[in-house]
Amino acid sequence: MAAAQVVRSEWTKIRSVASTVWTLSLAVVVTLALGMLISALSNREFDRLGPEDRFTFDPTLISFAGMSLGQLAMIVFGVLVVSNEYSTGMIRTSLAAVPQRGTFLFSKIAVATLLALLVSLATAFATFFLGQAMLDEHGTSIGEPGVLRAVVGGGLYMTLIAVFSMGVATMLRSPMLSLGILMPFFFLISSVLGNVPATEKIGRFLPDQAGRKIMEVVPAAGDDTPYGPWGGLGIMALWVVAALVGGYVLLRRRDA
Amino acid sequence: MRSPLPLRWQGASSRSSVSSMIELEGLTKRYGEKVAVNHLTFAVRPGLVTGFLGPNGAGKSTTMRMILGLDRPTAGDVRIDGRHYDRLKDPMKYIGALLDAKAVHGGRSAYHHLLCLAQANGIPTSRVHEVLGTVGLTAVARKKAKNFSLGMGQRLGIAGALLGDPRILMFDEPVNGLDPEGIHWIRTLMQNLAAQGRTVFVSSHLMSEMALTAEHLVVIGQGRLLADTSMADFIRRNSRSYVRLRTPQREQLLDLLHREGITPVEAGDGALEVDDARSEHLGELAARHGIVLHELSPRQASLEEAFMRLTAESVEYHAHTGSAQAPQPSRPWGADWKKGS
Repeated sequence: MAAAQVVRSEWTKIRSVASTVWTLSLAVVVTLALGMLISALSNREFDRLGPEDRFTFDPTLISFAGMSLGQLAMIVFGVLVVSNEYSTGMIRTSLAAVPQRGTFLFSKIAVATLLALLVSLATAFATFFLGQAMLDEHGTSIGEPGVLRAVVGGGLYMTLIAVFSMGVATMLRSPMLSLGILMPFFFLISSVLGNVPATEKIGRFLPDQAGRKIMEVVPAAGDDTPYGPWGGLGIMALWVVAALVGGYVLLRRRDA
Repeated sequence: MRSPLPLRWQGASSRSSVSSMIELEGLTKRYGEKVAVNHLTFAVRPGLVTGFLGPNGAGKSTTMRMILGLDRPTAGDVRIDGRHYDRLKDPMKYIGALLDAKAVHGGRSAYHHLLCLAQANGIPTSRVHEVLGTVGLTAVARKKAKNFSLGMGQRLGIAGALLGDPRILMFDEPVNGLDPEGIHWIRTLMQNLAAQGRTVFVSSHLMSEMALTAEHLVVIGQGRLLADTSMADFIRRNSRSYVRLRTPQREQLLDLLHREGITPVEAGDGALEVDDARSEHLGELAARHGIVLHELSPRQASLEEAFMRLTAESVEYHAHTGSAQAPQPSRPWGADWKKGS
């Protein structure tokens, strides 16, 4: 089985269903709109900030504020790309066409990841520039130290969120179950764990908490995180690899 | 012709080539305690329609999923052209299958559904248009599959099976829920495919359906092989012919038949049935002894009845009719002549 054939096939699959378009466009729209809104509000609030808050004011990170909601649409994208196969029964037709399950899974994930990467990078740059426009004189520019890294990193972060969701959906198969676990986890549980002092040390090793570090340019006050921006993204990447390996192992062993 | 690989086992076939054959060798599937498929060994040969018959829950679909490598066998082996399914390069060019017409993403158009399957197996796009024409879906090729009727969904599934122009075709209950026109279309298609020398393996739980399409029969019940025989042989062996008798002088008739060495069978409604007898003989016999007959009719048991008798012991969900006796755990009826053709 030539992998190139399967990649072409998966590209046809992903571009011929409506959910691809609406999940990805929702991710873009939500991230940009919320990012602009919060940037505009931060700009108005700036004069009321105390000296310490002004010192740690991170205009790059603020322009990415929309990603906390936009990532939920990326999760839906990642989950649906995989679990659509199961919820429709298409998986049996697909695996009869491509019985090499590793080739099937990784071609699918490669195509979806590449698409997510393009959309995420475009979104990251757009939300940065739009956010900076809203922040006006309190904004920063792409040439400042660490800013380009943060913007590219924001794109990578969004992509990895989608790929992590693909891995989880491969393990769980059901779209409802996958979304029912991933959405509250990334929207609520993770940030609660990361903000409660008792669980903070564990919380910051969760995929989104660790990955988010790459979007920071100005460290928060009293930040004692034991990893840097790329270290954080690395931790997130390890989570993604674990989810994919788990999904692959289960897919190989299971009856379709 | 594909390379005639050396055979690891000879199977039920006397052929030396495994081309276009499906071969099962001790194929077994267990789900915990439950045995869904129990040591199936048979081969499906080219050039004819082989019916795969069994009551609901007999293990037909599980067997077909194992043939396609979708379910892993607990034990045993199944090969296509002498190879495991996942060893076939571009498998849809060897075997095309319709297991479940609903196994389609409803949001995708018929064209894109077939296109993604074609691309995965290196089949040219022109072939997608061809099979859409063959099954008569060209006009709705760009419509989403979820808006298709049952019959159209079935046609789309068949288009997928035909896509790689395979030498082997496998259909799981293809006529279920179809209207008469659709049923006729599928029957004709299967017979045409077999006439082209292809291997056609089709499952059903209806003997009457198989009698119309299949030339060879593989019968299973509770996952076990009950028969592997030609349809002609099955009909010859199983169409029980008998004479049905009704009389107001029941005792005298029973005595008479007993004296003649004839053992009648009690029919449910008070009539008597005599197997393999000629009605002329019985009528003359009764006349000679002055016994009044109200009915004297030669009968043939239907194939459906023959099939039900064959699988009766292995039917999982019995509709118990009167008898509180447990089914005998003996050899299944017909075990003595299975693989006998």
